[in-house]
Amino acid sequence: MKLIAAMSGGVDSAVAAARAVDLGHEVVGVHLALSSNPQKYRSGARGCCTIEDSHDARRAADVIGIPFYIWDMAEEFHEGVVENFIAEYSIGRTPNPCLRCNEKIKFAAVLDRARALGFDGVVTGHYAQMKESSQGRLMYRAADPAKDQSYVLAVLNTEQLAGAHFPLGDTVKSDTRKEAKSRGLYVANKPDSHDICFVPSGDNAGWLRERLGSESGPIVDEAGVKLGEHQGAYTYTIGQRRGLGITIPAAGGEPRYVLKIEPKTNTVVVGDHEALAVNKITGEKVIWCGPVPAGFEVHRGFAQVRAHGTPLECSYQHDGETIVVCLDQPLYGLATGQGLVIYDDDRVVGSATVSATE
Amino acid sequence: MSIYFDHAATTPLSEAAAAALIEQMRKLGNASSLHTPGRSVRKDVEEARELIGQLVGAAPSEIVFTGSGTEANNLAIKGFYWKARDLNPRCKVIVISEFEHHAILDPVEWLEEHEGAEIIRIPITATGFVDLNFLSEVVATRGDEIAVIAVMHSNNEIGTIQPIAEIVKIAGDIPVHSDAVQSFGKVDFNFAELGLTSATISAHKIGGPLGVAALVLRRGLDVTPILHGGGQERDIRSGTLNAPAIVSFAAAAKNTIGSMAANDQKVRALKAELIAALTTEIPDIRVNGAQSPSLPGIVNLTFPGTESDGLLLLLDAEGIACSTGSACSAGVPRPSHVLLAMGISERDARSSLRFSLGISNTSAEIAKLASVISAVVDRARAALART
Repeated sequence: MKLIAAMSGGVDSAVAAARAVDLGHEVVGVHLALSSNPQKYRSGARGCCTIEDSHDARRAADVIGIPFYIWDMAEEFHEGVVENFIAEYSIGRTPNPCLRCNEKIKFAAVLDRARALGFDGVVTGHYAQMKESSQGRLMYRAADPAKDQSYVLAVLNTEQLAGAHFPLGDTVKSDTRKEAKSRGLYVANKPDSHDICFVPSGDNAGWLRERLGSESGPIVDEAGVKLGEHQGAYTYTIGQRRGLGITIPAAGGEPRYVLKIEPKTNTVVVGDHEALAVNKITGEKVIWCGPVPAGFEVHRGFAQVRAHGTPLECSYQHDGETIVVCLDQPLYGLATGQGLVIYDDDRVVGSATVSATE
Repeated sequence: MSIYFDHAATTPLSEAAAAALIEQMRKLGNASSLHTPGRSVRKDVEEARELIGQLVGAAPSEIVFTGSGTEANNLAIKGFYWKARDLNPRCKVIVISEFEHHAILDPVEWLEEHEGAEIIRIPITATGFVDLNFLSEVVATRGDEIAVIAVMHSNNEIGTIQPIAEIVKIAGDIPVHSDAVQSFGKVDFNFAELGLTSATISAHKIGGPLGVAALVLRRGLDVTPILHGGGQERDIRSGTLNAPAIVSFAAAAKNTIGSMAANDQKVRALKAELIAALTTEIPDIRVNGAQSPSLPGIVNLTFPGTESDGLLLLLDAEGIACSTGSACSAGVPRPSHVLLAMGISERDARSSLRFSLGISNTSAEIAKLASVISAVVDRARAALART
């Protein structure tokens, strides 16, 4: 096959590209320029599209012996990921930009372009496994549970999955590093990237404040009694306990958590831990990563709401547009906007965006 | 077998230049040393200087060797600016053509940002020439404030040759610098006849080695140096003389200028062939810039409905090397400022490729390009259409 290897400049995508070559594919490396004004250097584990990263990706491609180009996806990334991130926060939701990037950039804009240019698919260094079945390609959790990235890939529909190749799904991360070293890849010891790549300082709250303002407003309890002031409601997350700056203690002395963010009234609502309990989750924008489960029927499975969250046993049913998940045990602290991913054991069934919780 | 259509970027090292380079590299001695080995290397360097001077129409003492064309351009622009400003604080205007190479644009913009320079850009006509009426007007109204005028002898992306003699006439006493790296060795270029104050020429554009170029600088005129040290080159440029590269540069210049007329004829015919063949395959391509007066080998084409980086990837996969305009520091292709200056839309500028031919190219290579171009353009069009 002819494949485009998306190369971030990190160790995973470099080894993935090398393995694709070993498998006999004709591979072309592409580094995505996602910022129109890239930083020169990485700072620690943050950022993934600095000039230094693009240089590292080029060197890895040289060592592997494949052509290498840089594709400018800055505009698509800004529109599809960064603007969505800001818009979601502005309506009081907590988005996951990595899901959006996989959905709109890596396996949409890049895959479409690759296909138009005559390639069959895209190789990335993501950790997830693909298995061919009578129902087409199915996606499973990675062999390395610590690195499993199936959660952020659960936004790929069957057509996107057909063009997605994850050669590292069966490998544990430490082996990837060893392999990079034995292949002579300079990036073997490069730190993993974490956090949000377009917030290079790592200060999400400050980054959001710059874009959405820092208008102060009340922090109230569930009864509406004002307990303090916040500096920009967007900078809080559901379930957050620290940094609330509340000076009036709760009657029983128990800690208080952010329960709700109300952008219209610029209010942050806090309450006790029990008030964070969620038993029922409604999700919208449903994407199925394989066969569609029968509608209006109850299915059993596992729900996961964070990248490395615990899979929670649940029952779920859908009507084609929305999905409703009933958890066997309550979950504490879930924001609207988060990604909801359904698993059947280790197989990714599909995903949705959390729109309501009860 | 790779087909190389990017001679404006760099050229294959000629046999004469390679032989001279290797021979000189084996020779011991610093050209600034006083002993016998030093004097021997100095002799080689000075013979090279005399030869290059003769070929470029300048006195030997007017050749200042540098490490690159970029360095020579920086030396001229910054040197003239600082010199003029020190003599007269009002003298802070730098006049350049709007489509200069980054080796001129960037030092000028740096001087604007850090040293208080004011930039006046001469507009470019739709066919790719500087607007002389505009320049006359600027010189008439602001002449006493102008530190230097810089206009390239020929444009590196579209190949048009600029009216340097007229510019020098309009400039009067104002220093005129011309970046001639694309012209020297390919078309007539005579420093003295043009009446220039300074010019840049470079070895690797004419079959010479990388890492050596020269600022041709009028005798008796000094500019403020950038590099300070031993003052090896007229006290204007410091650094141990790179004798092997300098000697090889002279060999390349002699070789290429010796056959310039024949090369011109051959390369120009290949260019016409390329334009005709591609137009047959893709009737809606457009040639950017006038074909006369122009360099023999450069042709810039717009392929409507494509993105040039897609074209480049697909042609590269077919073993054909050509070029988009320029890339930013991250390596992202940018719409060419040269094409934008000519009034070409950003969309069309993003759909353009430069093919630059040299004497080693053949009709068979052009036929190969013509045989793949339709499929390549179709794919590139599909890739753009998906957005």
